[in-house]
Amino acid sequence: MKFVTEFRDPVAARALIKEITALAKDQPPRKFMEVCGGHTHAIYRHGIETLLPESIEMVHGPGCPVCVIPMGRIDDAIAVASREGVTMCCFGDMMRVPGGKSTLLEAKANGADVRIVYSPLDALAIAEREPDREVVFLAVGFETTAPSTAVTAMQARERKVSNFSIFCNHVTIVPPVKAILDSPGMSLDGFLGPGHVSTVIGTGPYEFVPREYGLPLVAAGFEPVDILQGVAMLLRQLAEGRCEVENQYKRVVRDGGNTAALKILGQVFTIRPHFEWRGLGFIAQSALALNEDFAEFDAELKFEVPGVRVADPKACQCGEVLKGAIRPWECKVFGSACTPETPIGTCMVSSEGACAAYFNYGRFRAKTRIPVTST
Amino acid sequence: MCVGIPAQVVEILPAERKMAVVEVEGVRREVSIVVVENEGVEVGSWVLLHVGFAMSVIDEEEAQAQLEFMRMLGSVYEEEVEAFSTEVPHSEPAAPPQPAEHSES
Ligand code: SF4
Repeated sequence: MKFVTEFRDPVAARALIKEITALAKDQPPRKFMEVCGGHTHAIYRHGIETLLPESIEMVHGPGCPVCVIPMGRIDDAIAVASREGVTMCCFGDMMRVPGGKSTLLEAKANGADVRIVYSPLDALAIAEREPDREVVFLAVGFETTAPSTAVTAMQARERKVSNFSIFCNHVTIVPPVKAILDSPGMSLDGFLGPGHVSTVIGTGPYEFVPREYGLPLVAAGFEPVDILQGVAMLLRQLAEGRCEVENQYKRVVRDGGNTAALKILGQVFTIRPHFEWRGLGFIAQSALALNEDFAEFDAELKFEVPGVRVADPKACQCGEVLKGAIRPWECKVFGSACTPETPIGTCMVSSEGACAAYFNYGRFRAKTRIPVTST
Repeated sequence: MCVGIPAQVVEILPAERKMAVVEVEGVRREVSIVVVENEGVEVGSWVLLHVGFAMSVIDEEEAQAQLEFMRMLGSVYEEEVEAFSTEVPHSEPAAPPQPAEHSES
């Protein structure tokens, strides 16, 4: 338990590990999926896997927004960014995400005006400051980020900023969780629900997990103690034969979510009939687009977006990683052809991606736990 | 970009745009408080900040705990603080970003 001393509350952590170990002893092996990239990062950063009993396996889910962007959307973004007069604004994480042919970083090196912004509001500020540029914000992220884009769209409309638009790639968390639950051979025993997405949507949308799939879900915070407590709560439910949605992160997540943010989402976005996910294919009703009222700010209507579809590279097993079917190090190119510097797949790009998190932190600590791959 | 960072409100700006000035690691910046308006944000409040938007109001104890944890988290937090501290970029081509820092080895 040497890493426990790094935790903010080592006493609580020790007590939880003891409880988890005791609970696990009386149960069959358990596989829990943590949906959120923040959890994945924290789990590897703090070596949490090595603290859990062998019979408990953490599977890394699809909750890293950068990791789920299909290559075609990157190519589309590059096509728009390369147009004369266009300034493409994006979060720093997006620069190295590989498209079919290149990245936004390479597009920038080739002369496209691509700028890293901290907030969609910064992109809007650029549009106001530079009225002769067509400023496009590359919007990505789950329900945590979508309200920010929505508010920015509202402000653009209020202030009549006609040279501003949004290339919207916002996605929603529930459909991919459903898709994973429906994929053949899935054998999960429960979920650690995302913390920050839940501050917006609340815990209600997860009710289908116990109701339709008979699995427990605990929305949990990011600290090691939160994660351990989340795991303990899952094991307790299973031990007691309960199966429900619980909220470990009450300090931050209200069960009903953030009603103001939800209202704003409803005012600006509509749900796309389907959207392609990296490695997971098309998932129905899993993404957001600007609605009719905001059509003038929709980059996909304003510009000709090629609508490129690119198959994931053959070597890339991000889909399997995102579904939890294989662990990051089981991908053939992991750490050799695919590293954070030269990512082949998206899971290696963002520090919240399972492959990058494992590459950065996990491989030393988890060495003793690397299971033999059955081929 | 998925992690929220705790920030303290130092000034509420005049009403109509629903903005406030917050401080993170000694750096100040204007952020939107529109989605937490009804949660009683005032000067001194702590908020969880996400891409320039306060997403929830948290109490001081939680904020301090998160700060302590985030600082321990290293690169992810540093990247967020760095992004928070970045000014709205002008058109001159910026230097390519430094490759992310990896392993502690
Ligand atoms: S190692 Fe690279 S290619 Fe393989 S799953 Fe991870 S990100 Fe994808």
